[in-house]
Amino acid sequence: MAQKTDIRTLPGFRLATIGFFIYLYIPLLILVVFSFNATHSATVWDGFSLNWYAKAFDNSDIRRAAWNSLVVATFATIFATSFATMAALALARNHQIKHKPVFNGVLMLPLMVPEIVTAVATLTFFSVIGLSLGLGNIIIAHTVFCIPFAYLPIRARLHGMDKNMEIAAQDLYASKWATLRYVTLPLLTPGIISGAMLAFIISIDDFIITLMVAEAGSTTLPIYIYSLVRIGITPEVNAVSTILLCISIIFVTISYLVEKKR
Amino acid sequence: MINKIKQYVGIMPAIFVIGFFMFIPILIIVTYSLLEANPYGGVNWNLTTEAYTKILYERDLFDEISFNSAYLVIIFRSIWIALITVILCLVAGFPVAYYIAIQPPSRRNFLILLITVPFWTNLLIRTYSWILVLRDTGLVNNSLQVFGITDTPVKLLYTEGAIALGLIYTYIPFMILPIYASLERLDVKLIEASRDLYATRWITLRKIILPLSMPGIVAGSILVFIPALGAFIAPELLGGGQKLMLGSLVQLQFSSARNWPFGSALAVIILIVVMLALMLYARNAHKNNSEGTIH
Repeated sequence: MAQKTDIRTLPGFRLATIGFFIYLYIPLLILVVFSFNATHSATVWDGFSLNWYAKAFDNSDIRRAAWNSLVVATFATIFATSFATMAALALARNHQIKHKPVFNGVLMLPLMVPEIVTAVATLTFFSVIGLSLGLGNIIIAHTVFCIPFAYLPIRARLHGMDKNMEIAAQDLYASKWATLRYVTLPLLTPGIISGAMLAFIISIDDFIITLMVAEAGSTTLPIYIYSLVRIGITPEVNAVSTILLCISIIFVTISYLVEKKR
Repeated sequence: MINKIKQYVGIMPAIFVIGFFMFIPILIIVTYSLLEANPYGGVNWNLTTEAYTKILYERDLFDEISFNSAYLVIIFRSIWIALITVILCLVAGFPVAYYIAIQPPSRRNFLILLITVPFWTNLLIRTYSWILVLRDTGLVNNSLQVFGITDTPVKLLYTEGAIALGLIYTYIPFMILPIYASLERLDVKLIEASRDLYATRWITLRKIILPLSMPGIVAGSILVFIPALGAFIAPELLGGGQKLMLGSLVQLQFSSARNWPFGSALAVIILIVVMLALMLYARNAHKNNSEGTIH
């Protein structure tokens, strides 16, 4: 135990940290374990089975909701990530732009407004202008709040990048666009990927904004899970939740590994 | 002139999307909060402060106005639960942030990843998983009965405590990460100096470490407070919709209650509280910055 001699250690803090991680993972562990339960009970273990997964895959409502979630998240991610990349490049590399703090503030706005306020404001706005595009409405709403999540990793990557590469390219008579295409963007790719991953997770997990904005027939997976939970607790909910959990974990891990590789 | 406009082409899509689909909608609900409710949903275009007076007073059948504390109770309950959440997040989160900050770098990154993984997973699912733990036949009650501590299940679910527990679970990463960020670069020499001068571990914690982590603590408190105030899922699922909080009340006005101006007024109140919190933070950050330059 090397830490024992460390002057910085405080008694009890290690225990508090261990306790914290147990608190953090116990509920999720129970959720996953009981999704494999053989019987209807979500609390008493009766043996291993994949019954509830089969049931979930068989449920056409779940399939439709999952498809909607996927479509919304894919489009919202593409839009949010491209807008965020353009904005980050302009703010970091263009020195003629004035009022940068103001633009930065606007880009962070979706993070500062509580979700419930965004939800009802968006609902009201769509009803005022009479916009009714089905999934389109949800895609627009998701694009808005995904922008800062895509923007932050891209900006961080841009700030950490060596500007000399771009200067060298321009010295060698590369045009502005050639520099962007062959130097800046390839160097920026890890940031863009991890921004896109975060945007995707944020979109696929969103509940309250989608709940308010979604019209009949454009149910997403979280909304469907919510309706199931309200009816009663079955391991089917656990099974769907476990799948969603795995998707998120895979994406976060990839994003983490990509960022680490810089 | 054209050249000038060209400079802004890159940031325009993002600014336009947020401005058009977020800033304008917020202006619209501010306007709506000052209009008359249409009983069939939406509004009538008559200016009135009815929505705001409804928070404090109610109009009975005979058109007489009397004081009504029901909504005020919900507002104060929301602020109260959000504050409790902040304090408990701080108490539980600080030791974790500090412990992680003094680990070797490779382990630090791994532990931070462990904290962020549940944070990126579905909020609804994380809250739902707490139902499995807290309900009458859940993990806690089952263990209590197995060990013979109680005979009948203790009511854990659908209490204010359950709501706070769910909120802490959801938002504690927002507290840990900023504190960790401010402690990560903590200079060991400061602690050594303090200990050399015969300060105990706890005095060093209080006089050296805590003040140095203040920017992180303030940022974390704001980041936890804002979403906790408008929380919807935890009060609905863990509070059983019985202990109403602001988020649910707002949602209700836009769905079954069909009183959009009142819902807008409540949303505006949430926004004002959030802005006050952010201003407090900005002032604090500014103060810290100017203090920092003296050294």
